[in-house]
Amino acid sequence: MKKFAYFPGCSLEKLALSYNNSSVETSRMLGVELQELEDWNCCGATTYFHVDQLLAYTLVARNLAMAEKEGLDLVAPCSACYKNAYFTNKYIKEDADLAEHINYALEEDDLQFQGKINVHHVIEIFVNEIGVEEVAAKVTNPLEGLRVAPYYGCQIVRPKHNGMESENPQFFEALVSAMGAEAVDFPERLRCCGGSLIMTSRHAALDMVRTLLQSAVNCGTDVIATACPLCQVNLECYQLQVNDEFGTNFKLPVLYFTQLLGLAMGLPPKKIGIGSELVSVAPFFKKYLSKQVS
Amino acid sequence: MSEEKIGVYICHCGTNIAKVVDVEDVAEWAGNQPNVEVSREYKFMCSSLGQDLIEEDIKEKGLTRIVVSSCSPHMHEKTFRTACERGGLNPFLVEMANIREHNSWTTDDKVAATQKAKALTNAAIERVVHHQPLEQLPVEINPNTLVVGGGIAGITAALELANGGRHVYLVEREPSIGGHMAQLDKTFPTLDCSACILTPKMVDVGQHPNITLLTWSEVEKVDGFIGNFTVNIRKKARYVNEEHCTGCGICIEKCPFNVVDDIFEAGMGDRKVIYRPFPQAVPKYPVIDKENCVYFQKGKCKACEKFCPTEPNSIEFDQEDEILTVDVGNIILATGFQLFDSTNIPQYGYGRLQNVFTGIEFERMVNASGPTDGKIVLRDKKTAPKSVAIIHCVGSRDENYHKYCSKICCMYSLKFAHLVHERIPDAEVYNCYIDMRTPGKGYEEFYNRLLEEGTHFIRGKVAEVTNAARKPEEEGKLIVQVEDTLIGRQRRVPVDMVILSPAMEAQPDSKEISQLFKMGCDFDGFFTERHPKLDPVATMTDGILIAGACQGPKDVPDSVAQGAAAAARVAGLINLGTVMMEPVRASIHQEECSGCRICNNMCPYNAIVFHADRKVSEVITALCQGCGTCVAACPSGIISGAHFTNDQLFSQIEGILWDVRPEKELVSA
Repeated sequence: MKKFAYFPGCSLEKLALSYNNSSVETSRMLGVELQELEDWNCCGATTYFHVDQLLAYTLVARNLAMAEKEGLDLVAPCSACYKNAYFTNKYIKEDADLAEHINYALEEDDLQFQGKINVHHVIEIFVNEIGVEEVAAKVTNPLEGLRVAPYYGCQIVRPKHNGMESENPQFFEALVSAMGAEAVDFPERLRCCGGSLIMTSRHAALDMVRTLLQSAVNCGTDVIATACPLCQVNLECYQLQVNDEFGTNFKLPVLYFTQLLGLAMGLPPKKIGIGSELVSVAPFFKKYLSKQVS
Repeated sequence: MSEEKIGVYICHCGTNIAKVVDVEDVAEWAGNQPNVEVSREYKFMCSSLGQDLIEEDIKEKGLTRIVVSSCSPHMHEKTFRTACERGGLNPFLVEMANIREHNSWTTDDKVAATQKAKALTNAAIERVVHHQPLEQLPVEINPNTLVVGGGIAGITAALELANGGRHVYLVEREPSIGGHMAQLDKTFPTLDCSACILTPKMVDVGQHPNITLLTWSEVEKVDGFIGNFTVNIRKKARYVNEEHCTGCGICIEKCPFNVVDDIFEAGMGDRKVIYRPFPQAVPKYPVIDKENCVYFQKGKCKACEKFCPTEPNSIEFDQEDEILTVDVGNIILATGFQLFDSTNIPQYGYGRLQNVFTGIEFERMVNASGPTDGKIVLRDKKTAPKSVAIIHCVGSRDENYHKYCSKICCMYSLKFAHLVHERIPDAEVYNCYIDMRTPGKGYEEFYNRLLEEGTHFIRGKVAEVTNAARKPEEEGKLIVQVEDTLIGRQRRVPVDMVILSPAMEAQPDSKEISQLFKMGCDFDGFFTERHPKLDPVATMTDGILIAGACQGPKDVPDSVAQGAAAAARVAGLINLGTVMMEPVRASIHQEECSGCRICNNMCPYNAIVFHADRKVSEVITALCQGCGTCVAACPSGIISGAHFTNDQLFSQIEGILWDVRPEKELVSA
């Protein structure tokens, strides 16, 4: 079984527990073990890099060094964690001076980072390591007729990296199709969800969430699939506030792509965290379940 | 120690060299080197006063070798060789050290630059001792010329030469000459009809007794050198006999099959399977598109043959490609450009959002003889747009694609705006630009005219074209998301039609073309000129000239100017009759040759013969181009290249290492 050092990140401990469980479960069924990194620390999130860049890199490098010690590539399910880890890894590899500073600090912890590993987002594991066809082959309960909006968010594809197509990516769509569902043409799929702006400029962030939800509704979406806990929180938890603020009436469920995949692979809903949503999945579940029954 | 007396001249080049290199120090130091009789520094060695210095020193001090430390030999080697000659010295007894391009222009470190200037100068001093006097070789110029590419640049070059009484072979890959200009409706800034000014020239080419027109043909092989090129041209089968065909066009009319014309009509219209790209095509003979011809694919039809009125019948299904061999003295490449593929920028929606058009699609649409008879309509081919956005710099001035400015796009985008105003008077037109670049005679005036016509100019690079409406007024429209940098705001402009203005880029096979003709092309694929300012139509390969957009983005007037300039250069050479060639040639020491024949097949110019009776190889001097391949390949090391002998090269290397080599242990000594 192929193994990766899994860096869940802070939100997957509580708020996004369903993402954590569904990622670990589905990847295991597809022959990949996500082995949680022992004693990992916060990635610095969206703020620390603006406060002290060198310390922020060091914080991330500690996780990288521990994964390297295990001889495993690092996998992060959260887009912000992934972006921080990816670019820290890249910059340390390119900048000997930065590497020296960071390793000086890591010595305190008996760690060294040599830049021998790579960093992946969990969705890349499904798309690149396992492969869409392999995923499709393991789908037992295809989500036929379910209209899914594949929401990339901004940080998986930007800034440009890994040779990834940043303006018109198609891998999320391919993954949704592999689940037997229909990927809707969701034009705002690469737009920012508002990120942490919700704390500092609430109205602006809610407006961004509204734009995304409206666009998803316009293209006949049953459920939005995300690959980032922050996107999920903004789109789902703030949906009621959007309705209050703008007089809209959105009731659009927002699930992690791994939860949808889990359903398609026949995992019991409870095991992948379905049932604890703020926006009920009942309407689409009815549609989906009625298909399963018939 | 050698008997030679060397004069060393260190150039300041104004401040180009002197601001970084301590030229006085270098000159003084050089004066103390072995064999150096005189060492001077001077403000401009290339000036006539600078050259006089060399000339006088040769005469008065009896100098036998000259070293000039200044710019690249590409710039002034000829100047200093001539100065030597005037002083009575063989011109090949001069050596240049490049302390400008290779030194002062690359660094601000004065100490290091001065040190490097000494090393380079010393390398030249030690090399020049081993120089031998050489005589230039006269080569006769074949008065015929090959012009590759039948766009406006190639047409101009061919006509200039032909009108001057010289024979020209004009080779064009497509079935007709005319190039991109034939696709256009109007030309900026005067808005004259493109076909009206182009077709008379095309007709002239077709009828000119001095022009052999080879369309539907491609150059396959080029041998030889300036004055004496031999070129193989593949004349692709047309399946129409050019001698019998009258160009009546009945076969085209009767052909029952249509295909999308991706080339001339840019996918906007159809053509028949037997076709002429456009009515005024030169030559008038049609060509059968074998890939799509039902007879070739399925063995049935022959409608064209059935209806052909000529006697004998002009349709020849059994025609085959022909290889023609022509001898020419010079070659002018005018192979043109292609347009950037707009699908590479998916956020602009081309290929995905149906009412996004490329510039060339729009050109065909507004052309009176184009697929919509000149009507500006959406993809449904009937609705006229009420609002149009024109996006500049698609693929140019963009780190992700081409960094260069494509030069013509601002002007043709302005022309598009004007044409929309003219054809749909109440339409709103938005031009989204990064900077407005209109340098050229009458160009800025054209821009002012558009400002008065009421075009909306938005200064900002477009982020995205989308159909995702956020407001009711955006429903069913294309929304152009752009930062208007003049008002500091993001704008969403809903429009019916978007026109992308793609960059001009090098032909997809420009690298192969440059290898075929043994000349250079740059990173972007454009052919490299000998000098960007002073010699824009020559290349580093003598006898190969370039004209038009194959050298870089260019509009019609610039392409015409280059076509004529290249022709003038060739005409001058032909008039001269002979050209002096560098005497850099290989020679084989006959007594030492073992006759292994390794060099025989290596020579790219077939300049080496083997004398079976004596079992030795010999270089034919007239054919040798001095590439040095055989010199390097000879296992006995007995082939030497004049002006690049082992002695010369080893002492140059030792010279450059003067400050680190062990004392008095010279390898070549």
